[in-house]
Amino acid sequence: MNTVYFDHNSTTALHPQVLEAMLPFMTAQHGNPTSRHVFGRNAREAIELARTQVANCVGVQASQVVFTASGTEANNFAIRGITGNLTPSQLLVSSIEHPCVTRPALALQTSGWQVKTIKVDQHGQVDLEHLSQLLQQPTGLISVMLANNETGSVQPLETITAMAKQHKAYVHTDAVQALGKVDVDFNALGVHAMTLSSHKIGGPLGAGALVLDKRVDIQPLLLGGGQEKGLRSGTENVAAIVGFGAACVIAQQQLVAYQGHTSQLRNQLEVGLHQLKATLFGANSHHRLPNTSFFAFTHIEGETLVTALDKARFAVASGSACSSDSTEPSHVLLAMGIEEDLARGAVRVSLNMQNTAQQIEAFLTTLAQEVKRLKAMTAIAA
Amino acid sequence: MAYSDKVLDHYENPRNVGSLDKNASNVGTGMVGAPACGDVMKLQIQVNEAGIIEDAKFKTYGCGSAIASSSLVTEWLKGKTLDQAAEIKNSAIAEELALPPVKIHCSVLAEDAIKAAVADLKSKQHGSKEAA
Amino acid sequence: MSDREPIYLDYSATTPVDPRVAEKMIPYITEHYGNPASRSHPYGWTAEKAVENAREEVARLVNADPREIVWTSGATESNNLAIKGAANFYAATKGKHIITVSTEHKAVIDTVRELERQGFEATYLDPEPNGLIDLEKFKAAIRPDTVLASVMFVNNEIGVIQDITAIGNICRANNIIFHVDAAQATGKVVIDLETLPVDLMSFSAHKTYGPKGIGALYVRRKPRIRIEAQMHGGGHERGMRSGTLATHQIVAMGEAFRIAREEMAAENERIRMLRDRLLHGLQEIEETYVNGDLDHRVPHNLNISFNFVEGESLIMAVKDIAVSSGSACTSASLEPSYVLRALGRSDELAHSSIRFSIGRFTTQADVDYTIDLLKSKIGKLRELSPLWEMFKDGIDLSKVQWAAH
Repeated sequence: MNTVYFDHNSTTALHPQVLEAMLPFMTAQHGNPTSRHVFGRNAREAIELARTQVANCVGVQASQVVFTASGTEANNFAIRGITGNLTPSQLLVSSIEHPCVTRPALALQTSGWQVKTIKVDQHGQVDLEHLSQLLQQPTGLISVMLANNETGSVQPLETITAMAKQHKAYVHTDAVQALGKVDVDFNALGVHAMTLSSHKIGGPLGAGALVLDKRVDIQPLLLGGGQEKGLRSGTENVAAIVGFGAACVIAQQQLVAYQGHTSQLRNQLEVGLHQLKATLFGANSHHRLPNTSFFAFTHIEGETLVTALDKARFAVASGSACSSDSTEPSHVLLAMGIEEDLARGAVRVSLNMQNTAQQIEAFLTTLAQEVKRLKAMTAIAA
Repeated sequence: MAYSDKVLDHYENPRNVGSLDKNASNVGTGMVGAPACGDVMKLQIQVNEAGIIEDAKFKTYGCGSAIASSSLVTEWLKGKTLDQAAEIKNSAIAEELALPPVKIHCSVLAEDAIKAAVADLKSKQHGSKEAA
Repeated sequence: MSDREPIYLDYSATTPVDPRVAEKMIPYITEHYGNPASRSHPYGWTAEKAVENAREEVARLVNADPREIVWTSGATESNNLAIKGAANFYAATKGKHIITVSTEHKAVIDTVRELERQGFEATYLDPEPNGLIDLEKFKAAIRPDTVLASVMFVNNEIGVIQDITAIGNICRANNIIFHVDAAQATGKVVIDLETLPVDLMSFSAHKTYGPKGIGALYVRRKPRIRIEAQMHGGGHERGMRSGTLATHQIVAMGEAFRIAREEMAAENERIRMLRDRLLHGLQEIEETYVNGDLDHRVPHNLNISFNFVEGESLIMAVKDIAVSSGSACTSASLEPSYVLRALGRSDELAHSSIRFSIGRFTTQADVDYTIDLLKSKIGKLRELSPLWEMFKDGIDLSKVQWAAH
């Protein structure tokens, strides 16, 4: 039996059609997009097509899309680049952001920025009252993710941007986990900058984008040859960008089917989890991703459970992949007020179109056995 | 750089390349541009006794658009009076060749070359009338 | 005009991916997916093992320790990271003066300019007319507060090789951090970081038959060099560079560098033979000038100016071959190459330069075709050129009063 992959919020398998689009640019079509000869022009055209595809996916013009090498880079670019052209004031980030938003934000403290954290409620949604209080101080930039990678809770960005507008603050959103899972409309959200990533939506690693409101004045993170209108130097990763564009087309086409399929499986999973007396995190969030379930069993370490499930050939995550080097409990759960012990037990299942009801059924059976076994071990130890 | 078909045609098959006798009294020579700027155009016109341009020749050091602009104007100049020639505008050249914005200066240079050739010829004719 | 694909002689802009590299890369994008930083399931484990094998291959090509190799998205990011990272880390203890060279890649020049805006001072050394740095001038540029020097190993436009050992020794003696952009050097010159006095070195995959979008930065461990991270996040690459790694691209870079290590000696000889054939063929054309020193030069590069023809029309004339006029990264602008200008070349000669860069898949027939093509096209353009006419009439063009416009 092959391992069942339930970790699609970490990275997704490449969609076959995406691979097909990319292959020519991994082999024969090798031009440098800056070159003026036919090899270069072919590469340039491919990038511009991809730019339109990405733009269409979030309802913007192609010229608003700046390609980067990853979502991490796009987040760093947004935080550093937007603040770089502002007089230091207050910078607000939610308490559930990915480290690639929080850490560049904190690094700005040395340049005079006051970095403050916006609280979230027990469901993992930004506390708008707290935001309102924080906005009493002059604020340059607010960064709140559109959907959280761990709990799947979708944040009320429209409300946040409306509040920010009154205080003339820019809003950036990390929409890496939202793209392809919920409708993402840049203009409707009212944000000034939005981070996207290819490998979370069936595209390859190596491509991301920062979508920008044209009025935003931003400094580049990488300087050099002046690619991407001077906003992101470095020879473009043509194959990855082409793949990103193709993945956006598919994501857009299948969004409704995706939501139906994954939410049905997720509900099937959560019915089973309730029966096993798991604690679910963020499941009562107003608006949540259809594919994500985050849960824990009391007295069972998340790492232990993940390892046990791995042996039984189910690939799930404990906390987010990017911080799984460390054994700290999830900062997202702590921000939600979950007790440390329970937070340490957190396990995330994130689904995709490839997953099936049979897989969920098999998973629940295995999970029941493993939970029983592990609880028995804990009981002996106690 | 995407060139229009007309630019490519003039570039591949330039019309009226060559030189006329610059010392002849009925030949006007205009040389404009500078090597350091990347374009030098030499345009020569020859008029008949009725004052009509009966021949035009060019040599151009420059990009495809500069070559096409000068090749095109040699075609346009033939059959025109000096005054009509001086009325040729760079915008007409740019439009005919569908020059992109970064190449508009090539059409400006061609207009300048016509003006310089006409002025050269007029000064020669003026000089010869005075001498007569 | 033929319909076949032009002959590719632009290997310094980017190289095709070697089929062996593609073969090794593609399974990692189709079968083995997984986030290498994700430790909890086997997809992640396979990816991590492949990444570490590739790191070893990159290290072996330059005789470094794998732990000294940090993955990046390419040489531009490596250059930005090395220069900003080291300058910011050591500014407080060493000072805020940087030395670089006016013929560096824009990724170095523009990064140093950015640091100038942030309060650093910089010296941009002009090379000698042959493209090489005068070591005495380099020494003279050093100040007590010089923190960092950045000098490229092989120039992207003219292919000249700087004396990295000598410059590095001067830096060591003066306690200056030394960064080298080696994007154009891998697989072309022997790089031994065990003996080279270099602290930081940038690499690119796509100049050495690997894919675009992946590069590396060498960060010396003994004596230990510290850099301030420029990209923050999950703390990948021991905190020096965050962002999820593209496993298939890393694997490909490793394979590309392995092939480079094993084949470069033989390959360079073959390429040198082709380059010399091209050189001799083109030198049969009157009024040609080779840009950059011919002895201290990688065998892959020939940069040559054709007097009295204009650069862009020259490129149009030779569209059956894919070449570059100046660096690929600046060819969107109409400016003559700043590298050739720094050598003291006139604007005219800078404009009329072509960079031929030869590589793994170039054949002798390609070279012969190119020579014939250039001979015929240069002849045609000179027929069109008023400057050529004046030159042939014995007029000294430098004495002509040009009408400004």
